[in-house]
Amino acid sequence: MTTILADLNYWVTVFLLVGGLYIVVAHGNMIKKLVGLSIFQTSVYLLFISPGKVLGGTAPIIAEGFDVYSNPLPHVLILTAIVVGVATIALGLALVVRIHKSYGTIEEDELHDLESDA
Amino acid sequence: MIAAHLPALQVVIPLIAAPLCAILRRGTAAWVIAVAANWLAFAVSIGLLFRVLDEGVISYAMGGWAPPIGIEYRVDLINVFVLLVVSGVGAAIIPFARKGTEARFDSTNQAWFYTMYLLALTGLLGVTITGDAFNIFVFLEISSLASYVMIAMGRDKRALTAAYQYLIMGTVGATFIVIGIGLLWAMTGTLNLYDLAQRIPDIENTRPVLAALAFLTVGISLKLALFPLHLWLPNAYAYAPAVTSAFLAGTATKVGIYLLLRFFFTVFGGGGFFLSTPLPEMFLVLSIVAIFAASTVALFQNNVKRMFAYSSVAQIGFITLGISYATETGLTAALVHLMNHAIMKAGIFMLLGCVIYRLASMRIDDMAGIGRKMPFTMAGIVILGLSLIGAPGTSGFISKFWLVLAAMENGQWWLVALIVIASLITMLYVGRLVEAAYFREPSEKAKNVREAPLAMLIPAYVLVAATIYLGLDTTWSAGLAQDAAASLLSAAY
Repeated sequence: MTTILADLNYWVTVFLLVGGLYIVVAHGNMIKKLVGLSIFQTSVYLLFISPGKVLGGTAPIIAEGFDVYSNPLPHVLILTAIVVGVATIALGLALVVRIHKSYGTIEEDELHDLESDA
Repeated sequence: MIAAHLPALQVVIPLIAAPLCAILRRGTAAWVIAVAANWLAFAVSIGLLFRVLDEGVISYAMGGWAPPIGIEYRVDLINVFVLLVVSGVGAAIIPFARKGTEARFDSTNQAWFYTMYLLALTGLLGVTITGDAFNIFVFLEISSLASYVMIAMGRDKRALTAAYQYLIMGTVGATFIVIGIGLLWAMTGTLNLYDLAQRIPDIENTRPVLAALAFLTVGISLKLALFPLHLWLPNAYAYAPAVTSAFLAGTATKVGIYLLLRFFFTVFGGGGFFLSTPLPEMFLVLSIVAIFAASTVALFQNNVKRMFAYSSVAQIGFITLGISYATETGLTAALVHLMNHAIMKAGIFMLLGCVIYRLASMRIDDMAGIGRKMPFTMAGIVILGLSLIGAPGTSGFISKFWLVLAAMENGQWWLVALIVIASLITMLYVGRLVEAAYFREPSEKAKNVREAPLAMLIPAYVLVAATIYLGLDTTWSAGLAQDAAASLLSAAY
């Protein structure tokens, strides 16, 4: 039990990673797929941030009385990754809007039927 | 002065040109900028090649921050080879883009198309030149996002669903890559590829490092469309505008191959570690399945663009087959075919673009009798098709020659037989197109077409000429590739 609690971050990471990927694979609705993709990407943010935390450490700003700092590198990386994630989801949603306008549906099985007729 | 900053300019030139196109919003002006930026990028690649041949590996500290803390751009024989392919193929495609985009989009959308093209080029060049693992992810996503848009701009509405599918699979792939990079960073505390290479040997059999290798392999394989992770590719190539298909077939998957080489051989140390894992056997089997499954599916396609898209999956199989040997000859074969296939497949998709421009159809039945109506276009396709098969005198023969050599070196004669059989299947599907185009009566649609405009034919014929030239003189393909392969295996950097 204590070992699970000690690695809680990583358990949550794995849960989000597998859950997100499952939604992407299992759901036929294009919006739900994007939600799954977003959850999947979020798990990676946690994976990067967790090892950067130093217990008892503060923000890496030089000040008197503080000499234990957390690693700022993962924060910078993940800020970039969040921007990339937002751009991806935005583009994905824009494509879904266009698909809805062209086909009148965003369910993959219905789209598949429509495309095989065409 | 400028020579010192060539590594930065390689990425910065297209990166600055992209928003310029977006601001101008005028098709013609944007096209002029795109051509200038792409040709300059090609000139920079050539400049970098001569510097690398002259003085060896170039290390460039981005923004003056010394590596490994700062981001390092590191140019050696391997990535300068890939830079040349990417910017060179782009330099031939971009003049060709004018006619097709002009006919399809209004002025504003043309400008957006060139913006996306330049961003995709920036991303691919960035992935290739950077020596920083996280930088690879960022550039990869820049190029991927731009290429999703370029695919969605296709004429068929199926381009939209193809782009969506590629977005989902591409993002899963990129996220796998970033998980791999994160695990490596957590274990070593560095993101610099060459710093990683020094720290990994001490911990190479720990579980996080092996997990990182697995995540990176799957993620990169998704990006380069290794069978069975190729499902996004056929529709994306088939329904995208011709310029997009040509550009992606020539560059995007090739940069994926480069990443595979870089991680397997530079980061995980010189091939020894690669051979100690089950990866070589896995790649051998998947490559053979890719070659045969995709070639067979290509035989039964009625859409010609889709046929050549499946052929791309098969040709990528030939490249990964070379990688699976992890010998100098094998890697040379992979790199030679990387260059040759990029040139011939981009050329084929450009010439198919000429056909669409006149015929407005990609069905093989509509293309019946087109050989007499568009003689130069079809002659080009035949020459490139012969190269795809591996006929002597074309660059495809050189690729197959090195692959067979690598198989014989390992004593795998059965593989030589398989490569020959695969070439025969290629002959069958190329033959199907030739039969329709030359030996059938013109279809209803083909009756009224004329030869494609010179502005489209000339750029395509540059690639046809390159295919023949590289079949006769291999100084710049096999010559360079051999040295690059040797440096990959020696892990000297």
